Amino acid sequence: MADLKRADLSADVVSRWSSAPCPVLVTDADGVVVALNAAAERLFPQAAPGVVLAEAITGWPDGVIEGVRGADESWDRSYEVHPVTHDDGTTTWWLTENTDARLAETALRTERRRAQFLAEASTALLGSLNLQRCMQVAGKLAVQHLADAALLITPAPQRPVPAVLCVRGREPEQIELAAELSEVPGLAEALQGFPPVPSRWIDPAAAPAWLIPPGFGDVGSIVVTPLPGHGVPAGALVLLRKAERAAFTEDEEIFARLFAARSGVAMSAARMFAQQSSITETLMRELLPPALPEVAGAELAGRYRAALESERVGGDFYDVYPAAGDGRESLVVLGDVCGKGVEAAVLTGKVRNTLHALLPLAADHHRVLSMLNDALLSSHHTRFVTLALASVSPLAAGLRLRLTCAGHLPPLIVRADGVVEVVETVGTVVGVLPEIDTTTVEVTLAPGETCLLYTDGITEARGGPLGDQMFGEERLHEALARCADMPAEAIAEHVHMLAAEWARGRDHDDIAVVVIAAPRGQHLSAVGGSGRGRYTAA
Amino acid sequence: MTASSKPRAAPSLSVEDVAGQLWTAAAGGDEHAAGGIALQALESGMDTETVLLDVIGAVQRKVGEEWAANRLTVTQEHAVTAINDRVVAAVSLASGPSSRAPLARVTVACVDGEWHALPARLLAEVLRSRGFRVDYLGAQVPASHLIADVHRTGPDAVALSGSIPTRLPAAHATITACQAAGVPVIAGGAAFGTDGRYARLFGADAWAPDARAAADLLAGKLPGAPRGAHQAVDDLPHLLDQEYTMISRTSPQLVKAALAGLRERVPAVACYSELQLQHTVEDLASIVDYLRTSVYVDDPELFTGFLRWTADILAARGVPAGYLKPALDVLGEELRDFPRACATLVRAADDLDPESRA
Repeated sequence: MADLKRADLSADVVSRWSSAPCPVLVTDADGVVVALNAAAERLFPQAAPGVVLAEAITGWPDGVIEGVRGADESWDRSYEVHPVTHDDGTTTWWLTENTDARLAETALRTERRRAQFLAEASTALLGSLNLQRCMQVAGKLAVQHLADAALLITPAPQRPVPAVLCVRGREPEQIELAAELSEVPGLAEALQGFPPVPSRWIDPAAAPAWLIPPGFGDVGSIVVTPLPGHGVPAGALVLLRKAERAAFTEDEEIFARLFAARSGVAMSAARMFAQQSSITETLMRELLPPALPEVAGAELAGRYRAALESERVGGDFYDVYPAAGDGRESLVVLGDVCGKGVEAAVLTGKVRNTLHALLPLAADHHRVLSMLNDALLSSHHTRFVTLALASVSPLAAGLRLRLTCAGHLPPLIVRADGVVEVVETVGTVVGVLPEIDTTTVEVTLAPGETCLLYTDGITEARGGPLGDQMFGEERLHEALARCADMPAEAIAEHVHMLAAEWARGRDHDDIAVVVIAAPRGQHLSAVGGSGRGRYTAA
Repeated sequence: MTASSKPRAAPSLSVEDVAGQLWTAAAGGDEHAAGGIALQALESGMDTETVLLDVIGAVQRKVGEEWAANRLTVTQEHAVTAINDRVVAAVSLASGPSSRAPLARVTVACVDGEWHALPARLLAEVLRSRGFRVDYLGAQVPASHLIADVHRTGPDAVALSGSIPTRLPAAHATITACQAAGVPVIAGGAAFGTDGRYARLFGADAWAPDARAAADLLAGKLPGAPRGAHQAVDDLPHLLDQEYTMISRTSPQLVKAALAGLRERVPAVACYSELQLQHTVEDLASIVDYLRTSVYVDDPELFTGFLRWTADILAARGVPAGYLKPALDVLGEELRDFPRACATLVRAADDLDPESRA
């Protein structure tokens, strides 16, 4: 009874075991299959009882079995194998399916790889705002991850069209395409921003010869995709794969488009930067201090640094107008428009233009300044300007200067013996009151002596070793006292350096300096009219 | 010295002789003669690179040595350098553009706050004469200007010159910014160490000990794309301890504290004149500046080397250096919570005073 029950039970167990959904096999101590259930039979028809399991199924038993296909099934399954060894030497192999998990893992790996590639691509592409470099970077990335060769073409109104060609294993090349772009299906459309033509529609055999890089071999598949930009197409990307490589799958085409979108945005940004910086450059050229021209008998040097690091222009300016002829004076102007940055710089441009127009009247500083005052009062600007004017004419030895200040720091004279003099010229700021007062002072420089025009950015530089002191006029005078007999360039550089070092990277105002020096000639005896102190030749 | 007595560099003259003549003319402030000497050397068949590096470069090195030995004031240094700069321009004009096919495009710039432009200028001229396309941006280029220029011109490499060690943090920021813009950086100049150790520390793509080596490096295979965007702290994890940040932010207070401490401890300082005090304050500011740089690169030797050099400079000027050691002690007390700064100060103090090590 009990035995019968057990037999019934065991038959019952066998039938249940046999109909279990997961495949189960039993082998003896020699690895010969003893029994297998229905699920295992469907999966491994070759593993009938009596065969050696390891011979019937290659790769058995190795933790996981992949690429298993049941009868009439069109996909591969994979199973985890769990062997259980029994006391009698037999082993039961329980198989649990993990196909979905494996697929998910593979998909995840692919996605991760792509996400990582896109992240790397974005970083690499965003780094540069230079169009050529952007295209080179995009080309390199494309051949590392997507294709054997990549061609990036920018839209150009006429031929030849600039392009970057990148072949795997080679450096990107700058090329120009003179050929008819519409010979490549979809290329002309892509350059106009039309949607891409599916790769399978493009016959690689029909590709024009110019599209295939020298030594590339047969082309297996081609992808042409637009590089979408900021509203306008930034160009087109052509990807080539060799004949021996798998053709682009639809999935890969979509991915190539994602990559193209990033490249296109980066290229557009670079193009926009180039346009903007070219405009800025052109406008800025007029606002930056000029290269100082040669002026008869005088040595000139200027230094300039804008307060705001991001903007190269500011409210300080200087200009030099060389004498129109023999016996005429040259005019040096240095000024400071209140305010900082581009707005102040725009007003310096107007002041400079007005002064340029008033140049024929430069013999009379007061008249020039008064007319400038009228012009500023009648304009809509509420800003004012301080100015120092210096008319320079050569003497037999040395220079004659006529100096006028309008609300500006008085010029400093460095005599040959190191004495520093303040030129006593005072005057009202220009652009505030209906009438202005000025006084013009005449000064003679002996050879080796200099006159310094500067803006308050020098003396009001805050900082120093203790962090909170003004550079101040006293320190400037002391420094200049050691500058006797130095070339103009050296003095300008020295004064600029002292102020900038004093500010030590803190915020400072605009800085402008012009040095007018009477060059040390070979005239040892000619010390000049009002030259003071001793002048010793080198 | 008149134009007619201008020394002529005969073909037989050695490079050293020409350099000697140029030094005499430049130190004498005779720009005209200086230009003549260099042009004569060119005419006599000396090649442009030799004139630039072995004549003008040699004179410029002598400027530094003479200043250190107190035979030249800072203003004279500026005067000689200004003349040398004109001579470089004259030489470059005389040798004309290179006839060779253009090589790579290189941007040459000095670190922000770096006033010694001549080494960079010489490199720019050497590169030009070798056929490179060169954009020379000059002295003290703010990183933002350099990067804007790099975007505009798209160079194959940036050559960054620095001679003042205290500008190393700015140099690091500039190198990182160029690399983030996708341009490799070749660093050079005294600031990066005689063996280029700081260039390596900052992850520069290349380092060259002099202009010739830099030109050779650039003429060879250019460093490829640099590593991408990263931050200074990725190169220097020790910056996370905030010692560099704290010393930088409090340096004026440190200088004040050091001055107060010195007045208490060193009787001589208590009766210093206004001018002497001013110089002392400037020296203390330099000491703090070098200390923070030393902490930035995590190399105590940078600070020790600076103090050794300062002691020599003071000795050359006959100034007693007795306050250096007490200054280090005062700073050590102020910075007692900063182990790296303290260790640096202790090491420098030991180095100044060999007996205390015994």
